[in-house]
Amino acid sequence: MTNTIDDLEEANAILVIGSNTTEAHPIIGLRIKKAVMQNDCKLIVAEPRHIRLCFYADRWLQHMPGTDVALLNGMMNVIIEEGLYDKEFVAERTEGFEELAEMVKDYTPEKAAEITGVAADDIREAARTFAAADCAAIVYAMGITQHTTGTDNVVTVANLSMLTGNIGKPGAGVNPLRGQNNVQGACDVGALPNVFTGYRSVSDAEVRKEFEKAWGVELPSEPGLTATAMIDAASAGDLKAMYIIGENPMLSDANIHHAEEALNKLDFLVVQDIFLTETAELADVVLPAASFAEKEGTFSATDRRVQRVRKAVEAPGEARGDNEIIADLSKRMGYEMANVEPAAVMDEIASLTPQYAGISHARLDTGITLHWPCPDAEHPGTPILHTKYFTRGKGWFCPVPYKAPAEQADADYPLVLTTGRVLWQYHTGTMTRKSEGINEIDPHGKVWISLDDAEKYGIETGKEVVVSTRRGEIDIEAMVTERMPNGVIFVPFHYVEAAANVLTNNAVDPVSKVPEFKVSAAKVKAK
Amino acid sequence: MTLSDGRLEVEEIKVEIDGTECTGPKGSTILDMAKAADIYIPTLCYDPRMQPYGACRLCLVEVEGARGLLPACYAEATDGMVVKTTTEELERIRKTLVELLLSDHEMECQGCTKSGRCELQELANRYGITESPFVGEKHEYVEHVENPFVMRDYNKCIMCGRCIRICREVQGVGVYDFVNRGFKAIPGTPFDKDMQETPCEFCGQCISTCPTGAIKARPYEGTGRIAARDMLRNACAYFKMSEEDMMEALGLDNWVTRTTCAYCGCGCQLDLHVIDNKVAEVTSPKMVGSGQGNLCVKGRFGYDFIASDERLTKPLIRKGKKFVEAEWDDALDLIAKKLGAIKKKEGADAIGVLSSARATNEDNYLVQKFTRAVIGTNNVDHCARL
Repeated sequence: MTNTIDDLEEANAILVIGSNTTEAHPIIGLRIKKAVMQNDCKLIVAEPRHIRLCFYADRWLQHMPGTDVALLNGMMNVIIEEGLYDKEFVAERTEGFEELAEMVKDYTPEKAAEITGVAADDIREAARTFAAADCAAIVYAMGITQHTTGTDNVVTVANLSMLTGNIGKPGAGVNPLRGQNNVQGACDVGALPNVFTGYRSVSDAEVRKEFEKAWGVELPSEPGLTATAMIDAASAGDLKAMYIIGENPMLSDANIHHAEEALNKLDFLVVQDIFLTETAELADVVLPAASFAEKEGTFSATDRRVQRVRKAVEAPGEARGDNEIIADLSKRMGYEMANVEPAAVMDEIASLTPQYAGISHARLDTGITLHWPCPDAEHPGTPILHTKYFTRGKGWFCPVPYKAPAEQADADYPLVLTTGRVLWQYHTGTMTRKSEGINEIDPHGKVWISLDDAEKYGIETGKEVVVSTRRGEIDIEAMVTERMPNGVIFVPFHYVEAAANVLTNNAVDPVSKVPEFKVSAAKVKAK
Repeated sequence: MTLSDGRLEVEEIKVEIDGTECTGPKGSTILDMAKAADIYIPTLCYDPRMQPYGACRLCLVEVEGARGLLPACYAEATDGMVVKTTTEELERIRKTLVELLLSDHEMECQGCTKSGRCELQELANRYGITESPFVGEKHEYVEHVENPFVMRDYNKCIMCGRCIRICREVQGVGVYDFVNRGFKAIPGTPFDKDMQETPCEFCGQCISTCPTGAIKARPYEGTGRIAARDMLRNACAYFKMSEEDMMEALGLDNWVTRTTCAYCGCGCQLDLHVIDNKVAEVTSPKMVGSGQGNLCVKGRFGYDFIASDERLTKPLIRKGKKFVEAEWDDALDLIAKKLGAIKKKEGADAIGVLSSARATNEDNYLVQKFTRAVIGTNNVDHCARL
């Protein structure tokens, strides 16, 4: 997030697009609701399903899955045509406006309406509301990124935010919500194939030199494989071994059958986890790890706030912390890690990461709130990014035309399947599905289908149906609901017995390599 | 005014409370200012997460020049205000208010699991009330235990409206409202429906704000170590000791551990209450972190997994189609040998590592260091994309 969670309350308008905030990020949902209910903030929700947040919205734009770029370009067309953009901000802090203006000329509200299914006047009004607000925030999540056009979607979101001068001030910003407790932190500290800590490129010789000096070894300069590329490489026989820590690709990867085939092809698979997950069941060696309640460390929240994790209980049996396991294994492979106590590791991170340079356990233990970048031990942290200039200096408008999703509904698969979370469960259910109460309220997954589609396919609430795509099929209970638009069905991905990702498309965005979880051509039939 | 780092600058005001000069941002209430200066003003219907309500009148204070007494939770502090929080008259009013509340309240605190954390009990202790001088009819409600999370016992309700307000103002849902009239009024559900028949999201915000034992967390009620927890809290109430002091006196360190939630990326702060190496309750500290003391159903109740019987406790090595329990030395030696051999034969790039967005920054750092420095490849990623 360019801004913070606390900061959302300051917004005069919020556009939520591709985020079922109240279910997937309930506490951020509270802040949005508070802004609306108590601070008179205008809420625009762009979402194919009637999510709970729609009850609080001033305007609900029900666009078809995968048409985000067209919708946002349509809004920008109105904002530029009607002269509602922030001329001062555009002139002083950005470049490339003319190219953007030229490109969005094509996206009249009428044309955007044709692509997205949203009425042209709704697009106009939403654009006016967003542009008129002094501070307008955009909140998005995987509904924006999990597309083959995910990068295009994110760039377009940024275009809208810059066009309306909503960067670098309170109550505004571009605010992606990270889906897991420490996705932000895992990225920050370099658990990515192309960068070291602090997003510094592995291909940069200067950067590499710094890490080589600190770690005392020569380091590879070629960027590595992303998670999705690893699965493809394993499937092709190029990747021989995998070491998977606290991940469950056997439920979370798009097109699970492909992931299973790939993992089975490996010569050697190690899984380190707290449970014998579906992925661990395929492993050659399984290592028992400590859970978050059993270790010290830090998580970085979605708003770059670094917070302490503290040990409350002892790990069960012989389970060990990831740090100890990694250090022990390194030693056996001939490399002695320095002190791997979490506080010492944070000091090492701080010494190699400009954004974390001023962060230490001792400092966090005083109760201070620190959002990175925090360049030195006196620095109060940076709640709002880009207040004076962007990372590259001026913000660059990158005009992006609309591209259709990789797969579209056709005669064989007439529906669009989209996936996501429900309030009660979390990701692959490894944790929530072990909770008795939660399973009493939410025992199993359901496919959501519109009233008209249900009638068309002879489907009733509570009855089992078969949902299939070109990748596979699942049996699942139906929920007929007016919350779904015609032509779209929704399956949450938490449930192993009806795994949505058996169905999803593993086509990826060319830049981010994120699979298109949110759009697959599908069909349903009553059982 | 916006400061250079994007923070907002706020105007400061000064007030005098009980002879102490207090400063705070403009717009603060008298109660905000007093709290910031560590000056105690009793409250019952107040919770910093909600708009002030001014119903219980326990926070009445004397303000120089003001007509009558002012509710500190509601009255805005103005520059130069002179406030008295504790006078004989104020204490007499407060004592009478508590006595009135207790006139329709079970005084057998020992049987209540809220004992030791009950705001009404704390006030009764403060004013030395063991029995209410006001005698009248008492409610006899049957406890509602119809869903897995929220238990409602209206016999203990003091009608402060905190559950109603937090559900409406903070959660934006509105499961509760006052139903019935007069003596029969309670904060109930529509048509007395079971909570699972309402739009309730089981966030437990009502549990977190209820000052008495009227609304409780069902997963954290019961026997065994949870009963032991309640016994300890009862003892705290009996001896008028804080939980921390009691735990210290008993040598039970780390009874409450402040940590960060392990679910989504909101980063809510949690207090894990631990007895006998098991998490016996999860709460969230008020006005700390971006959650401010609010949690969702997963964050408040989703922690059975920590002590699950299904946790892995020994390394496992595959032998044919089965796993066999192994010693750490054997498992790690096998991994070192296999990875070493594959690296030698196929090159380091034939190995891939998936780190975890569920693990700490420190662990993730070590995993990427291990991948790059020990294995010698940049094939490291995690589930950011999934």
